[in-house]
Formats: sequence, C-alpha cells, structure tokens
Amino acid sequence: MSKKLLLKDAHIEGIRTYEVYRKQGGYEAVEKAFKMAPDAITEEVKTSGLRGRGGAGFPTGMKWSFLAKPEGVPRYLVVNADESEPGTFKDRYLMEHIPHLLIEGMIISSFALGAHTAYIYIRGEFAWIPDILEQAIEEARAAGFLGKNILGTGFDLEIYVHRGAGAYICGEETALLESLEGKRGNPRLKPPFPAVKGLWESPTVVNNVETIAAVVPIINITGAEYAKIGVGRSTGTKLISACGNINKPGVYEIDMTITVEEFIYSDEYCGGIPNGKKLKACIPGGSSVPIVPANLLLKTINGEPRYMNYESLSDGGFATGTMMGSGGFIVLDEDQSVVKHTMTLAHFYAHESCGQCTPCREGTPWLYKILKKIHSGQGTLADIDLLWDVQRKIEGNTICPLGDAAAWPVAAAIRHFRDEFEWYIDNPESQTRNYGLANYADPIPVAAKAE
Amino acid sequence: MSETIAFKPETLAQVHKITARYPAERKKSALIPVLHLAQKEFGGWLQVPVMDYVAELLEIKPIEVYEVATFYSMFNMKPVGKYVLEVCQTGPCMLNGSDEIIQHIKDTLHINAGETSADGLFTLKTVECLGACGYAPMMQLGKFYHEHLTKEKVNEILDLCRQGTLALD
Repeated sequence: MSKKLLLKDAHIEGIRTYEVYRKQGGYEAVEKAFKMAPDAITEEVKTSGLRGRGGAGFPTGMKWSFLAKPEGVPRYLVVNADESEPGTFKDRYLMEHIPHLLIEGMIISSFALGAHTAYIYIRGEFAWIPDILEQAIEEARAAGFLGKNILGTGFDLEIYVHRGAGAYICGEETALLESLEGKRGNPRLKPPFPAVKGLWESPTVVNNVETIAAVVPIINITGAEYAKIGVGRSTGTKLISACGNINKPGVYEIDMTITVEEFIYSDEYCGGIPNGKKLKACIPGGSSVPIVPANLLLKTINGEPRYMNYESLSDGGFATGTMMGSGGFIVLDEDQSVVKHTMTLAHFYAHESCGQCTPCREGTPWLYKILKKIHSGQGTLADIDLLWDVQRKIEGNTICPLGDAAAWPVAAAIRHFRDEFEWYIDNPESQTRNYGLANYADPIPVAAKAE
Repeated sequence: MSETIAFKPETLAQVHKITARYPAERKKSALIPVLHLAQKEFGGWLQVPVMDYVAELLEIKPIEVYEVATFYSMFNMKPVGKYVLEVCQTGPCMLNGSDEIIQHIKDTLHINAGETSADGLFTLKTVECLGACGYAPMMQLGKFYHEHLTKEKVNEILDLCRQGTLALD
C-alpha cells in the first residue's frame, strides 16, 4: 500500500467543504507555518526535495529562493492550473475533490514568498471548477485564513481564480503570465525569468497545483520526513493520472518506490489491460514525453525493473528511456496503432502551437501531414526520413518547450516503432488497419509471475 | 460604444467584480473572463460590435480584444447552435473510441465538424485534450463534461437537448 499525503482524505464525504477539511486537520499547516520565518518555510521545502509536479521536475525550494525581493515592488504567486497535456488530469481531481488543500498550500507558499496576491490560472474548459474554488476561498476567508491580518499575524493575502479560454500553450509559465495579463498566450523569451520579471513585470513564482498542494504535508510532517518517502531525488509522493487501455483509469498517489509493472498490473492501481490483451507501449508522463515499447517500459537498459520515479523512468535518456513528466500515464494495448496515436498527438501540437516561432508554426502541421499520409497508406520510405528531419529541426529551436513537446513523441515513435511505419508504407492496401503487437512486447504480468 | 449592445446590469456587476481582482491600471487582465461573459450573453459568439463594447469597458483598443478573441479556442468567431458539442479527439480519447463517437454524431445530426445542424440546434466541434483522459471518450456541453460516452449515451444527451432539459450552466 502506497503512502498517501495528498489524497489521504479524498474518500471522506464532504471533504470539499471547509468544515470537514478542518476536522481532518486542515489548515493546521498554515497555523504551524505562521510560527515559522518565511525563509524557514522555503528551507523546509528545499529539505523536502519537492520537485515541480507540472512536468519539468525542477526543485521547488530552489525556484522559490530565486524570487527577487526588491523593496516596494509586489510579488505574486501564480498557480498553474492550466492542465492541458493529453493524459494528464490529476490537478483537476485535486481541485474538484480537495480544493482546500490547494488553498492551504497557497497561503503557506504566499507567506513564504511575501506575496499578498495570488492567482489560480485555470484552464477555461474546467468551467465548473472555479465555482468550487471560489466557494473554498470564501470559506477560508470566513474562517479567517484569507484577507487582512490573517490570524493576527499582520500578513494579508487575497486569492483569485482566473479562467483561461482554451490554449495548451498557456501551461507554459510565461505564456500563462501573458494570458493572465489579458494577451495572447505567446511565451516570453527567458531570461528574465518570472522570478525576476513575471506578472506585470513583478517577481512571480509560478507553480503547478500539485506542487503547491504538496507544501501542506511538507509543513505538517517536516521536510526531512517528506524526503524519507520515495527514493533518491524522487522524494515524497506523486499523483499519476492513468488512462488509455487499462482496467482502472484514474488518479493514483504513489510514493515512487513501486515498479512500472506493478503500477500497470496490480489491482491497487491500473488493474491490468482490458480483455486480457497485451501491453504494447506506454507514454508515462503526458503526451510530450517519449513513448516506449513494453519491454523497455518494464525493464531498464540494464535489465533491471523500471520504477515509477523520475530517475528510473529517464534511465538511458531519450534514446531508450522516457520521463516522469507530469505523470500522465497513457497505456496502449496490442491493438493500438502507434502511427495513428502519434498522428493524433501531432495534430494536437499543430493545433496548439501559438505560431510565434517559425519551426513550430510551420513544422508541427508538417509533422501531422506526413503522419496522416503514412497512416492513410500513401507514404513512402522517404517520408519517414522527412519526418525525422522535420522533428529534428523543431526540437531546441523554439522560444518555449512546445516545439520539443511536438518533436519528442514523433522521434520516439520512429525510434522504437520504425517497422510499424514501414509496414504502413509497404502495405498501402492496409489503409488504417493496425500493425498489431509484432515484436514489441512480451511482458510477464505480475499475476502470471505469481502463478 | 454601440447603442444596442450592453451587458445586463447583473452581468455588469460581475464585470466590475472581475476587474477588481487586478491592479487598477491592469484592467486588461480581465479581458478573457469578460469575453466569457460576453460570449454567453450575446448569442454564443463574439461579433465585432460585442468585442468593441468589451474594449470600451476595459479601456483598451479594439484590436487588443480581436487578437485575444481569435487566439483562444473557446471563443467562437461565427454563429453557433444552441448546443455546441465539443468532442475531444486527442490521444487517450482516440484510444477509447472518440472516432466512433464523432462519426455517430455526424451521422445522427447530418453535419460535419464545424457545422451547425439545419434546425440551428447543434454545432459539432472536435477539440483537443480537455483533461478528461481517464473518463474517455468525452465531450463538453456548456459548462459541463459528459464522460464515458457511448453511442447510446450520446443519443440520450441529444434527446435531452431537444427537450431543452440538459443543464448547460
């Protein structure tokens, strides 16, 4: 049984309300934090080893310590709730079910950062969630945890919810800030980083929902205790949103010590593949991270079991491994077409490119067109080389990581599944039929091993 | 300001509440939330006079509104039906059969993606990931998500729309 810190009370009826949340020990971390010096809170977060849960995995405490603190200039905390990466729906779960956990984390984080105004930038399509968050904010205010002179500390804080309007790129922190300023979500060149010039040119910390929520248990149990959970630099717990061809899609909290095989096949988590089908491939960290075939997913390049943590998943780098990313875990069974799946993701990135950088604006639709051609049985072998060439010219050549996010899935698909691409080309009559399992997977499910 | 276009007083009160969330000199930050209100109140899409009205309210140039309205996929730049069926077609939804759901809607309503049914009731939009990957396939209708879709479930939803009993807000 994995240790739960964020979702430990998620099953309790009414946990969405202040009253029930408080009864479970809610807001005790705020009370504890107010007895600490702001810098001590940042140190605690550093000690915890908490890494950004939005995908990049940058150490949170270090990010906080970069915040510029000029006198007379406001500082802001902005929570990135623009969850839009295909495969990722964990932040939605947190906000819908335990909104006070986010609010509590924001109060502690704002106190540590010296921010008196904080915004939750939420993707516009989650149109019912702002009501839930605003209800929680009002309840927290009524209980004295928001507003002026909170708990007599002299600390003031207002939290506002800001709805976006449908643009994946606004999950990139500088695009998010542009959007929050009422502009198109075009990413900014960095430096300057938001910690120096962020919202309205003021020092700003942008953190993911899960990251800020994790500050609450860190303060409750101490950073040192938090760091003991997990393994290596993958400390604490991580929310994984699992979807695709699995028996039990949903949001799971893991302590990053379990194997990928256990996560997919055990009843505690995904419960295996429906209808007894075999595992073909998986994207373990949201659509932008490299897809891996089953054999490489379950074992590292050294033949060791692969674990659900940052280091193990990225073992071998992009050549063979993949990444933890945002924890958006997409499973493909033996009947799925990697070419078709890659094509739909390419369409996604082409649609979501902001158009600011030429390689991304021109390259992402090009990737989609080539993939569509191959998938429809009209491709040639030269198209695979062209696909490879185009993605190489996008990667690393754009202002923001969307270009990389568009290129990596294509690169990994070609790297690991080139024969499937060739099959589509060699069998034009096949049109959109599936290549099938072929040589890709021969995993031994946990249950079968036990027998 | 247009003489014919103006928010209802209660909506205007909401606009003032929204603008108060940002520093006084940063009213432009309210643009996206206010455009959501405008789209909802003025027929489900953003006509130029509506955008001009929003520009005047927020004391910004009309072009600043146009460039934002055309950037974000949730804003409709042409008329839509009363019910906009926004069906996700991205990765995990595709893996779980969104192709079939989209085709079923096309066949049932005799429209393609981007089109509105002859009775003006339904517009079909295929959209990119809506963050419901574990509950796929899905579509958004108004404020709410409809998940784990089957053809039968889609038929029920369409019937509720025709009866005018499906909650949008």
